Amino acid sequence: MIRLLSIELDKIKRNKAAKVIVSVYFLLIIAIALIASIEFNFANVNFRIADQGIFNFPFIWHFNTYVAGILKIFLAIVIVSMMANEYSYRTLKQNLIDGLSKKEFIFSKFITVVGFALASTLFVFLVSFVLGMFFSDHTEAIVIFRDMEYLFAYFIKLVGFFSFCLFLGILVKRSAFALGFLIIWQIIEGIIYAVMKWQLFKDTELADKIINFFPLEAMADLIVEPVTRLGGVRTIANQVGEEFSKSYAVNWYTVLIVAAWSAIFIYGSYKILKKRDL
Amino acid sequence: METILKIENLTKKYGKLIAVNDVSFNIEKGNVYGILGPNGSGKSTTLGIVLNVVNKTSGDFSWFGGKLSTHEALKKVGAIIEHPNFYPYMTAKQNLELVCKIKGVAKNQVQKSLEIVDLLDRQDDKFKGFSLGMKQRLAIASALLNEPEILILDEPTNGLDPQGIHQIRGIIKRIAANGTTILLASHLLDEVEKVCSHVVVLRKGKSLYVGKVDEMNASFGFVTMQCDNMPLLKEVLSSHKGFGKITEEGEYIVAYLNEEMDASSLNKLLFEKGISLSHLVKRKESLEEQFLELTKNTTSTK
Repeated sequence: MIRLLSIELDKIKRNKAAKVIVSVYFLLIIAIALIASIEFNFANVNFRIADQGIFNFPFIWHFNTYVAGILKIFLAIVIVSMMANEYSYRTLKQNLIDGLSKKEFIFSKFITVVGFALASTLFVFLVSFVLGMFFSDHTEAIVIFRDMEYLFAYFIKLVGFFSFCLFLGILVKRSAFALGFLIIWQIIEGIIYAVMKWQLFKDTELADKIINFFPLEAMADLIVEPVTRLGGVRTIANQVGEEFSKSYAVNWYTVLIVAAWSAIFIYGSYKILKKRDL
Repeated sequence: METILKIENLTKKYGKLIAVNDVSFNIEKGNVYGILGPNGSGKSTTLGIVLNVVNKTSGDFSWFGGKLSTHEALKKVGAIIEHPNFYPYMTAKQNLELVCKIKGVAKNQVQKSLEIVDLLDRQDDKFKGFSLGMKQRLAIASALLNEPEILILDEPTNGLDPQGIHQIRGIIKRIAANGTTILLASHLLDEVEKVCSHVVVLRKGKSLYVGKVDEMNASFGFVTMQCDNMPLLKEVLSSHKGFGKITEEGEYIVAYLNEEMDASSLNKLLFEKGISLSHLVKRKESLEEQFLELTKNTTSTK
């Protein structure tokens, strides 16, 4: 396993473009701290984000994993191209001829992706922890380490998303088209939802239930948006007569759905590779 | 003798097209084999199957007596397929070190390999800047990293300039002289003739001949003759059981021998029949002619 990981890391760390994007990705996670300085006017009320308690423990775990989750598209570029490049350089063929089995090849990509997810999760933990120590109103251990399930959900979310990227890379064989396909897939899920919601299962909750089983929707569901949880936003909403009554918790079944999709994507990649003549 | 690779009734179909059709042969240790066939005859597909990158439709193959799984066996094989494939953004040395990791070989082999193909001074240059000849030499260096029991080369001189071809052939000959088993696929006859002791001739996916290069055609050669009385010569030749096919080629008569006969006894024989030859040449077919003969026969029987 260490052999496979080191083979894969060699391929990435010598690729300048990949190195730049990975560095930018981690820098952007640090840049979450800059959110503290954002100010704006909303409904004639002056907002300073930092005053809204976004960096309070334990809320910061939810907020930062949600924001960092948006940045995953940067790593997706690296992951899609690390798969698609093997096709365009024809090194996949050479790797197999040199004695890597197809199973080892897929496994080496998968553990790299898990490594990325793990590194990102650790990094988000550290950044959030430091930010929290600076800005949080409460810094007692019992408060700090509450709601850690958001970090777990973040990790699962990344593994799921990156597995999808690997799968697309191997399916489409070209990085640009694979990334395009990713966007198209997001639109397809939207259309399927719309058709179910307003045509097939009109006036029922069925569409909302079914869409939860789709890969990208399930990944999005893992960490619900945290904005409407903020005190200030709630106050304003109350003033205009709105009330938010949704659950912000990490659901075990969503974790399960995303884990299942990850397994399907990785196994699917292996099946495609096995069937294909190179 | 130790069998390195055994191929039995291997078949590969792409939809309706049969790329490899019921091919069988064995590779024994220490010999140099050629797979000869025109473009599209199934050479690369056959190699692709035994190298784990193309799925077979039916038939079987086994490496080293079937004791190892294919990908484990491939660690003891060195192979270059068509085009040299490396990571363009890595240097020659980095690429070879990566192959070392895949094959499970110590890194110090890299220098040794680069020396064989004369690329030591370019080892820290990126692969993408290499000329085709250098890329092909790097591919050979990569194939030699594990000191393979068999070296498989698919069209190693394809697309190279004469100097590049000369370099690659020199390297192959040196490797063969060390006793390494080689399997060389090529559509170039003289390449196979110069290097190989055994040959497999493929055409449209079928194997036409498997065996030693010098036994490829069992014929005893042919004679080209000319004289003043051509009809009489033809008549004499046709009535003699030592001759098979007799054809007229321009001003000459070409007769294929069915038995061993040297030119002087033929001359004597004809003279006794009242024919004095003005032209007499006895030749054996070159590999090229034998190859064309072999492939022609299948076209006509189809």
